[in-house]
Amino acid sequence: MIAVALWSVAALLALAPAGVVLSTRPRGSIILYGGCLIATSTLCVTALSDLLYVPQLTPSATLPIGLPWLGAHFRLDALSAFFLVVINLGGVAASLFALGYGQHEDSPGRVLPFYPAYLAAMNIVVLANDAFSFLVAWEFMSLTSWALVVSHHREAENIRAGYVYLLMASFGTLALLLAFGLLASGAGYDFDAIRASHPSAAVAGMVLILALLGAGSKAGLVPLHAWLPLAHPAAPSHVSGLMSGVMTKVAVYGFVRIVFDLLPEPVWWWSMVVLLVGGPTATLGVLYALMQRDIKRVLAYSTIENIGIIFTGLGLALAFKAEGLDWVAALAFTAAMLHVFNHALFKSLLFFGAGAVLGATGERDMEKLGGLIHRMPKTAFAMLIGCVAISALPPFNGFVSEWLTFQAILLSPQLPSWGLKLVIPAVGGLLALAAAFAAACFVKLYGISFLGRPRSDVAASAHETDRFSLTAMLVLAAFCLIAGILPGLFIDALAPVSKDMVGNIMPHQVGLQWLTIVPIAESRSSYNGLLVFVFAALCGTAAASAIHRLASDRLRRAPAWDCGYPDPNPAIQYSASSFSQPIRRVFGSVIFAAREIGEMPPPSSPRPARLRVELHDLIWDALYAPIAMVVGFATDRINILQFLTIRRYLTLVFVALILLLLVVAL
Amino acid sequence: MSSLQFDIAHLLAGSLVLASFMMLYQDRLYALLNVYALHAGVLALSVAWQAYVQQAPHLYVTALIALVFKAIIIPVALHRIIKRLGIHREIENVIGIGLTMMAGIGLVALSMVVMLRVTPGADALAREDLAFALSVVLLGLLIMVTRRNAVSQVVGFMSLENGLVLAATGAKGMPLVVEISVAFSVLIAFIVIGIFLFRIRERFDSVDMQALDRFRGERR
Repeated sequence: MIAVALWSVAALLALAPAGVVLSTRPRGSIILYGGCLIATSTLCVTALSDLLYVPQLTPSATLPIGLPWLGAHFRLDALSAFFLVVINLGGVAASLFALGYGQHEDSPGRVLPFYPAYLAAMNIVVLANDAFSFLVAWEFMSLTSWALVVSHHREAENIRAGYVYLLMASFGTLALLLAFGLLASGAGYDFDAIRASHPSAAVAGMVLILALLGAGSKAGLVPLHAWLPLAHPAAPSHVSGLMSGVMTKVAVYGFVRIVFDLLPEPVWWWSMVVLLVGGPTATLGVLYALMQRDIKRVLAYSTIENIGIIFTGLGLALAFKAEGLDWVAALAFTAAMLHVFNHALFKSLLFFGAGAVLGATGERDMEKLGGLIHRMPKTAFAMLIGCVAISALPPFNGFVSEWLTFQAILLSPQLPSWGLKLVIPAVGGLLALAAAFAAACFVKLYGISFLGRPRSDVAASAHETDRFSLTAMLVLAAFCLIAGILPGLFIDALAPVSKDMVGNIMPHQVGLQWLTIVPIAESRSSYNGLLVFVFAALCGTAAASAIHRLASDRLRRAPAWDCGYPDPNPAIQYSASSFSQPIRRVFGSVIFAAREIGEMPPPSSPRPARLRVELHDLIWDALYAPIAMVVGFATDRINILQFLTIRRYLTLVFVALILLLLVVAL
Repeated sequence: MSSLQFDIAHLLAGSLVLASFMMLYQDRLYALLNVYALHAGVLALSVAWQAYVQQAPHLYVTALIALVFKAIIIPVALHRIIKRLGIHREIENVIGIGLTMMAGIGLVALSMVVMLRVTPGADALAREDLAFALSVVLLGLLIMVTRRNAVSQVVGFMSLENGLVLAATGAKGMPLVVEISVAFSVLIAFIVIGIFLFRIRERFDSVDMQALDRFRGERR
């Protein structure tokens, strides 16, 4: 099992140097992405079989690379297998999409070598069973994704995104390094040894905070999210899909591995920290998303929201586990893992759709799009499914995982701790708000970009994307539907993961009648995606056929009501900014310090009146800008040291010597 | 070791520190060079005494090198350079003589405290020797730091090197190879610095380091 997985990873690594050669060949990108497709599907199938038929003995391997006295340890337990499935499903879809999309790349030499290396790095992070391999692979993942972010380096914005990303990635790795340092102080770097050790409560608490900082900065938890909406959209679209859909999940894996597996039994305040970060992340992420006009940036901010939901689920699992309610912890944990899987599906799908739109029109700005449903009907269909799924509407998969999370929240009155009893419903409220905003956000994204009339010439002359890209999107859309109407299968497949991490599992779902899922008890709540789907499909078909039977079924086009203005210009349609204006008015004035400035020209001036909207990222202004200012100030001061006279350098050496001697003497 | 031998070694090493102090307050270049010659002469005596005490004949070679090169050739050569270049013979101090002397006293005290604290197990002669050697090194550095003139910085550097030789001979069993290489390195440093002095003089009509700094367009 693990041998197959490691050989596939090695194949991906070998493809990286091959990418340098292939990037100069006319059909090189097809060969490379084809190779990645084969390697990732092998990994995906291997991991899936490992997850479904859990072997008696957890497969592990030690390779004589890395630190000489340690070697590189690998292990494929249920958690690793699940995340391998997520990573490689995303990898398969992205490679398939890139078979078509990657042919339009203008500088393939900057993408092809890094893409397989990036996939390999994510796989190694999940397989690693010692801190050294984990951190090396983690950093390798950061660096290769950085290279992909700056692959279109002619745009100044991308360079800035890459710079911020590199800084935040280094910060995250530093936090993880310290976390593993604390864990390894009594045991050594091998995860098996760390599991067997018993760190003190204070050390465990510090490791939790460091893991939250390290993994959270990679996942995009507020306030460590600043790099994410810059970096994810800057990469080529298939890589954006991987970064948002998959790499953030690798970060979740890092957090779960450290907190649920390596640390001892949780304490109740851990969950408090995680919940208080997760809930606001969800709400703030989607509020940011609502304010954006750039499609890929909307998607990136929406990733922050979903990470918030996942971390809320993990926080709930910690809370219930700490208070001994294993069965609820299993529910919350399974919900979080299911959302990991679901988000990987629909976020990849949406980014691919955005890539298809970008390829067809060259535009990412929603205000320049519109009416694409007529020109790109298949892409529009796949995007519609993605938007419905991410808005958590039944019968698609997003609903199931969020519904399960809410089931766990509704069980919070059973907790003995008053703090948690008060905080969890509040976090639940934030999640509910986030879910509603997410729906609004994706109505906006879909409505403005795909419906209405084209707002620019490029949107009017768009054409459908190639068939590889379409296949990738439709496969993901089909997965979204399957996971939505047959959630029991997926919940049962997650049982070994939940057994390993929280020590209990959710009740088995597959045997229940009508494929219903019952998380706790029939009397309490149940959900049947299949019935909803069948009902919705029947009603829709019946209504459509009734209308077409009873009325005329000829296609008619008539002008839309134009409020009495003749010759309406497409620019007077509902725009992205006007759609989000009500929400901006209610929340924006506080959270974004939003201001609307109307500029009226003086009488007799032919200048048009303008409405300017100013938005501020308060977290950037309050946290990042001061840090950047302090660092800049300090470097300016230190810079003087470059230009001293010889005598002053001698004096510095002399003073340093005297100080050291004083230390010895006193 | 008899107490007389110890006392004489102590006296010679102490004289070396005293010579270093004398270099601190010189404000004429020729006087500084003369004191440096005295410094090297005391070093040669001290090394010769060590050779006698330790019965290590190769140390006599070291003493001879010190006497010939450092006490005679280098000062004479520097005299000639100063005369040929017509260097302004006054030394500009960065800080006043009084303060420099106070700092020097502080440094000697510091090196005593450090050495006596870190070498409690060592032989008494070696301890004293090392303490004095460290003082000479620190005073040499102090000379380099407090002078603006390039020649006096060279002299400071060479007095620092004298301190190193004193430390090396104080410890028993130092091979001759090391000393020869040390002597050569000083010679090379001297040549290199001498050539630099010529070049600086050619370009700027001065060996005042401030001219260099002004040329680089930097503030002091």
